[in-house]
Amino acid sequence: MKSAVILFPGSNRDRDMIKALEQISGQPVATVWHTQTELPEADLYVLPGGFSYGDYLRSGAIAARSPIMGAIKSAAQQGRYVLGVCNGFQMLTEAGLLPGALMRNASLHFVCKEVMLQTTSNNSAFTSKMEKNGIWRCPVAHHDGNYFADEATLKTLENDGRVAFRYAQGTNPNGSINDIAGITSENGRVLGMMPHPENLIEALHGGVEGRAMFESVMAHLDAA
Amino acid sequence: MKARVTVTLKNGVLDPQGKAIEGSLAALGFSGIEGVRQGKVFDLELTSTSKEKADEEIKAMCEKLLANTVIENYAVEML
Repeated sequence: MKSAVILFPGSNRDRDMIKALEQISGQPVATVWHTQTELPEADLYVLPGGFSYGDYLRSGAIAARSPIMGAIKSAAQQGRYVLGVCNGFQMLTEAGLLPGALMRNASLHFVCKEVMLQTTSNNSAFTSKMEKNGIWRCPVAHHDGNYFADEATLKTLENDGRVAFRYAQGTNPNGSINDIAGITSENGRVLGMMPHPENLIEALHGGVEGRAMFESVMAHLDAA
Repeated sequence: MKARVTVTLKNGVLDPQGKAIEGSLAALGFSGIEGVRQGKVFDLELTSTSKEKADEEIKAMCEKLLANTVIENYAVEML
């Protein structure tokens, strides 16, 4: 699996993501500065976590309108795999690649802790190797992770199995509607999630539960 | 030409910041508050001399960047 990580001013989880992708795919990972307008050839494009543009205006809002996002949108339309984690998820909703919005945490506090996630649906490219309804722990670190979507959008997401991950066992850290932690696009190839699976991929992290998600994409590629 | 854009959360969208402000006002002894909703104000200075054209441009700015219309409404006032 060839992958590329997009860098924005204020990204800070980019290196974690690059390391995780290198380890899992066994291949070097390309990086792309946000002012570029073309993407290198890759199977998976990743928008990493952080605080692009200092979260000015709204989290992810300004990054979502940066030059590289036109290319990301085209790649998504062509059926490429796109992953947005944390700030990356905020960018994907701001860019209109995923529905809904991520608002200030209901507690108003920045949360940095481990939560339990349930893989609600394993019909997407990112979850095909994961156990349906399986519960796994994963770190979160964000201030604006409170997912919101109108009723009609929620109904579509739920009915179409597009809620990939939900906060489980009462660990919803942000007031997210329906305990939503991650959602996929209609074709299941764009995933946005607040938790950080890239921080749970080797024994030193205290667990490797985050690997399955990346391995799902690799399996999807092999099958293609 | 100057314009002011006010961005507020849509009805039905929870506003935890507004709630916290409401709580703080109550703690300061202000009674009789039924609710607080917070938002953003943008003051724009435009080179345009046509009010109609400016209005159109500002609407496009709101739709494309200033407001997230999934959760927010906007109002434009020419100053």
